[in-house]
Amino acid sequence: MPLLEIKNVSKDFDGNVVLKNISFVLDEGKVLGLCGENGAGKSTLMNILFGMDVIHETGGFQGEVILDGESVSFKTPVEALNAGIGMVHQEFSLIPGFTAAENILLNREITKNNIVSSVLRSEKLKTVDMPAVFESAQQSIDALGIKLPAESVVSELPVGYKQFIEIAREINKDNVKLLILDEPTAVLTESEAETLLHSIRSIAARGISIIFISHRLREVIEACDQVIVMRDGLIVADYPTDEIGEHPIGKIASWMTGRTVGESVADEARDLTKEKKIILSVKNLWVDMPGESVENATFDVYEGEIFGIAGLAGQGKLGIPNGIMGIYPSTGEVIFNGEPHELNNPRKAQQNGFAFVSEDRRGVGLLLDEPISWNICFNAMQIQGLGIKKYLGIPFRHEPTMNEVADKYIDELQIRCTGPQQKVSNLSGGNQQKICLAKAFCMEPKILLVSEPTRGIDVGAKELVLDALRRYNKERGTTIVIVSSELEELRSIADRIAVVTEGMVFDILPPSTKSAYFGLLMSGEKIEGEVI
Amino acid sequence: MNRVVKAIDRFGRAKFIIAAFLFILLMIAPIYGVSRVSTINDVVLRFAMNGVLVLSMVPMIQSGCGLNFGIPLGLISGLLAEAIIMEYNWTGAAGFIAAMALGALIGAILGIFYGYLLNRIKGDEMVIATYVGYAIIYFMNMMWLGLPFKNPASVQGYAGEGLRVTISLDKYWSHVFDRWPSFQGEGLVLNIPEVVNGQQTVQNLRIPVGTILLFLLFCLLIWLFFRSKTGTAMTAVGSNADYARAAGININRMRQLSVVMSTSLAAVGMVIYGQSYGFAQYYTAPQFFMFPTVAAILLGGAVLTKATISNVLWGAFLFQAVLTMTPSIINSAIELDISEVIRMVVTNGLIVIALTRKVRKNG
Repeated sequence: MPLLEIKNVSKDFDGNVVLKNISFVLDEGKVLGLCGENGAGKSTLMNILFGMDVIHETGGFQGEVILDGESVSFKTPVEALNAGIGMVHQEFSLIPGFTAAENILLNREITKNNIVSSVLRSEKLKTVDMPAVFESAQQSIDALGIKLPAESVVSELPVGYKQFIEIAREINKDNVKLLILDEPTAVLTESEAETLLHSIRSIAARGISIIFISHRLREVIEACDQVIVMRDGLIVADYPTDEIGEHPIGKIASWMTGRTVGESVADEARDLTKEKKIILSVKNLWVDMPGESVENATFDVYEGEIFGIAGLAGQGKLGIPNGIMGIYPSTGEVIFNGEPHELNNPRKAQQNGFAFVSEDRRGVGLLLDEPISWNICFNAMQIQGLGIKKYLGIPFRHEPTMNEVADKYIDELQIRCTGPQQKVSNLSGGNQQKICLAKAFCMEPKILLVSEPTRGIDVGAKELVLDALRRYNKERGTTIVIVSSELEELRSIADRIAVVTEGMVFDILPPSTKSAYFGLLMSGEKIEGEVI
Repeated sequence: MNRVVKAIDRFGRAKFIIAAFLFILLMIAPIYGVSRVSTINDVVLRFAMNGVLVLSMVPMIQSGCGLNFGIPLGLISGLLAEAIIMEYNWTGAAGFIAAMALGALIGAILGIFYGYLLNRIKGDEMVIATYVGYAIIYFMNMMWLGLPFKNPASVQGYAGEGLRVTISLDKYWSHVFDRWPSFQGEGLVLNIPEVVNGQQTVQNLRIPVGTILLFLLFCLLIWLFFRSKTGTAMTAVGSNADYARAAGININRMRQLSVVMSTSLAAVGMVIYGQSYGFAQYYTAPQFFMFPTVAAILLGGAVLTKATISNVLWGAFLFQAVLTMTPSIINSAIELDISEVIRMVVTNGLIVIALTRKVRKNG
């Protein structure tokens, strides 16, 4: 009997469609593996299921969610919890100073009457029955198959155990019918992950259905009865695990990355490694960027090429450009144009001909409260003196020049705005991104580092941004290093693509490589000789 | 109707409401026997007196250090400079200019340390600034008593040591710039006939030309600074510090520079205030400048990270108008002293509004 049925669910954010007609069925006591690249729509789907604020704040969703035969539409996570959906998030939501048991039964403590509560007939004044709490928690922990006393204080436990406590908390609820695990194994060691997969099976055996989201495809195959692959807001594959056939990991990877037919994207890729000299040589780069740390990355970039950097979220691909530009502290040896490049000094980097388009557009990339002309010219002004006029030897800002420069780029990049004096905060994401590009172009760099240039902008603007980069590279021969979590985008623009896993450059491949192979590399698998 | 609302919004709602309120007060003044001319006279004088103090808020707001509740640091620099110059018996315009210069210097030195402190507590500048402001006032209370000043005009008569609470600047430089261009006599005084309480009178309207020009000169300098390359960088730091850092700007240096500028300007502002007021007030007096000065620039339309010269001019004018007009007119009207209440509500209310805006922006 189906526990959960999703029927034709669609969702868009301000016209940007992220889910298109999603339909699937999950039976009671089954484990469903949900795979997909970043941005495929997994999180949005889970947010709909769990009634998160982001969904109805942005106008709700279309379609129907049927849980246990009833059509539901949760307005808040609390409603979802009451209906029997449990969710374990990637971030830990545990109170460090409490014991495992206290965390597991938080706000659902087992209580007994005392004098005050019996007289006042108040639920809130009852005494917590600690022995009962510990016993109940211990049962849930034991059900997961790990050895952990319920009295342990959370702050003293290794990371892996915290994940188990979160799961124990969810299964401790009597009414739980559906458990959503979002990347539960990401922080676990291999043996812990193994234990977790075991517990998933035993939870399912108790009749609880599970949605298991993971980038580790091997685990998905091992733990799940059914696999669903999402891409660009669509379900591209929905199979029982044993019907996938041979090379299941390779198959799932190719579904995830897409375009198994007609891989024509890489036609224009050039091989400049033979004819051109190395312009940027990075050796043993370490970058301390929270969530995206780079650990010992080594690679070379050749003059005039477009060098792509791919990788999953959190693996360190974003740390590379941020480290080279000095935005986050870094160590290592970087040689640019034959000269050693000073790390941790954004000013020096830009003086030497680097320019950077940050992935954090609103945080680092723009002065939201200032006009377009300021945003475009600021770096070039401070570093190279663009739009500066001296009076009595004092450098002053010359607005007419700045407006002229801004107008030129507004024209060239088709930035939709009312003029160079418009505030940047009033522009759409795509146009803001174009301003970030203009800011970098304006410095006439020798090498341009672009980080996630198309994140959060719609399809039309994506093409314009990529075209602008291609054109700039072609017309001026500027070397471009582009980091993106969208593999297809990299394959369509880059001459070579480096795959970053666990903070290191795992491999550098031509874009014509099969996307399934990229998918494998990104999930940390490198199977020598496996033919896909 | 919509267009009217839009025009008011562009001007600033708080500004508009206060301006309308003041205009009504001015209109009804004769009914309660209050002279309009002398009211305007007071407003103009106080505008000139306080202008530079309000202006001193601008650099720190622009660099993202927030509202300078630590303004007493600059004020005591100005007061110290005045006492030192008096000790050397410099009088007249020369003494006044020397006091401004010395005050600016002391303010700059203290500003370096103050800036260093504020750079270590980014995000909590305003809280710490308030502590610094109060702390320095009480620390200097001890200093005013202990510093070895000897000038009989400035030390306490019976003890022969320790500065007086209020020192008359009559023999030094009181009103020297108010009376510009002559530097003596009464300066520019307009005699305006007016009917007050049913009697035909002639009221004096004194225009402190020199002080106003001095204020405008400082406004011009600050305006120019924020059009320079460094000023542009400072504005960017206040607008988005991460952006500025990525552009290779040394954020800490910019912030420190802004604190030095603000503190120096506050010192200069204090000396100018003394010149117009005719007295230098020591001990707890600087306390009474903290919140009103902050409220003034907010009333002028400044927000926590943006302040312009026009905010300064409007703020100094409107706020001083509230301060001077409410006691004379409202008290005459309802025969009850609620002017202090109105002042408090306006001053603290504006600060509260500004602070809540910050939270909303972050969240």
